[in-house]
Amino acid sequence: MKAAVLVFPGINRERDMARTLRLISGRDPAIIWHAETELPANTDLVVIPGGFSYGDYLRCGAIAARSPIMDAVRAYAAKGGLVLAVCNGFQIACEAGLLPGVLMRNARLKFICRDIFLKVERSDTPFTRGYNAGQVIRVPTAHGEGNYTADADTIARLEGEGRVIFRYVAPDGTRDPTFNVNGSTNAIAGIINERGNVLGMMPHPENHVEAAIGPTDGRGLFAGLVEALDRAA
Amino acid sequence: MKARVTVTLKSGILDPQGKAIEGALLSLGIVGVSSVRQGKVFDIEIDGSDRAKAEMLLKQAADKLLANTVIENYRVEVMG
Repeated sequence: MKAAVLVFPGINRERDMARTLRLISGRDPAIIWHAETELPANTDLVVIPGGFSYGDYLRCGAIAARSPIMDAVRAYAAKGGLVLAVCNGFQIACEAGLLPGVLMRNARLKFICRDIFLKVERSDTPFTRGYNAGQVIRVPTAHGEGNYTADADTIARLEGEGRVIFRYVAPDGTRDPTFNVNGSTNAIAGIINERGNVLGMMPHPENHVEAAIGPTDGRGLFAGLVEALDRAA
Repeated sequence: MKARVTVTLKSGILDPQGKAIEGALLSLGIVGVSSVRQGKVFDIEIDGSDRAKAEMLLKQAADKLLANTVIENYRVEVMG
C-alpha cells in the first residue's frame, strides 16, 4: 500500500490515520500538504482525514476542497484511484464534487463525540471486503456537521445503485431513529461514488484498531484495503 | 465598488440552526415569528467601475466558493 494522507490547515486526525495505516499495512503513508499540486508517483490510496480544516469557516470543508492538491486528487480519482474520506474528509470530498450531497449541522445541534454502531451494507467494495454484508461494527464518531442530505433524486439513486455503504443503526443492526445520531437522511453514514473508488464516511474507523484501547472493529476497513490493493498489484 | 452576495438555504432544506433561533426568539417573548431561516451575507469591495463585469465576477465567486448550490441559493447586488 502506498498511501498518501492529505493535510490542510486545521486538520488534526492525520496522525491517527497515519498510525493506523502503518499498523495495518506495515508502511508509512506519505503526508501531503494541501499546497502541493501532485500526489507521489504510484500512490494507490489517498486518505482525506478528519479535523477542522480552515476552522470550518464558510462551510465545513469548503475552503480545503478548493486547495491545489484537490485538483490532483480529482484527476487521480477519475482514473479509478482509491480515496478514503473520513469526517471532515467526507465534508471536503462532497464540497470538492467527488461525492454527491452535503453534510449539514447535526439535527439535534450538538457536537457528537462517542461510539456509534454502523451496519455495513455491502462487502463487495475495496473498502468493506474485510467485513460481511449486514455486519454491525462499533466505531467512534466526533462531529458537529454530519447530517447527510441530498436532493430526492440523488438519494433515490444512491439507494437504487447500492451506494450507501454504512448506516447508523441500533447495536442489533435494526434501523432506529434514536441511533441515527445526527439525523442523516436514511441514516446514511457513508457512501461511495458511482465508480466505487471514493468512500466518504463520518465515523472514525482509524480510531478502533488496537485492542489496548478498545474495540478493533475499524481494522476490517484497512485490512480489506490492503488485501484489495495487494490483489490488484 | 461595493457589492453584496447573499446566500440563503433552498426551500425544503432543513435548517436546524434557524429552528434553534426560532425557539430562542420565542423564549425571549418575541411572539409572532412563524419561521426563521439562517443565511450569510458577504460584503465585497470590487476593483474598477464596470458593473456588468463586477456582477459576472461575483457570480463566479458565488458558484465556485461562497455558495454550495446543492443546498443554497445566492443573490448578487452591485451597490456602486
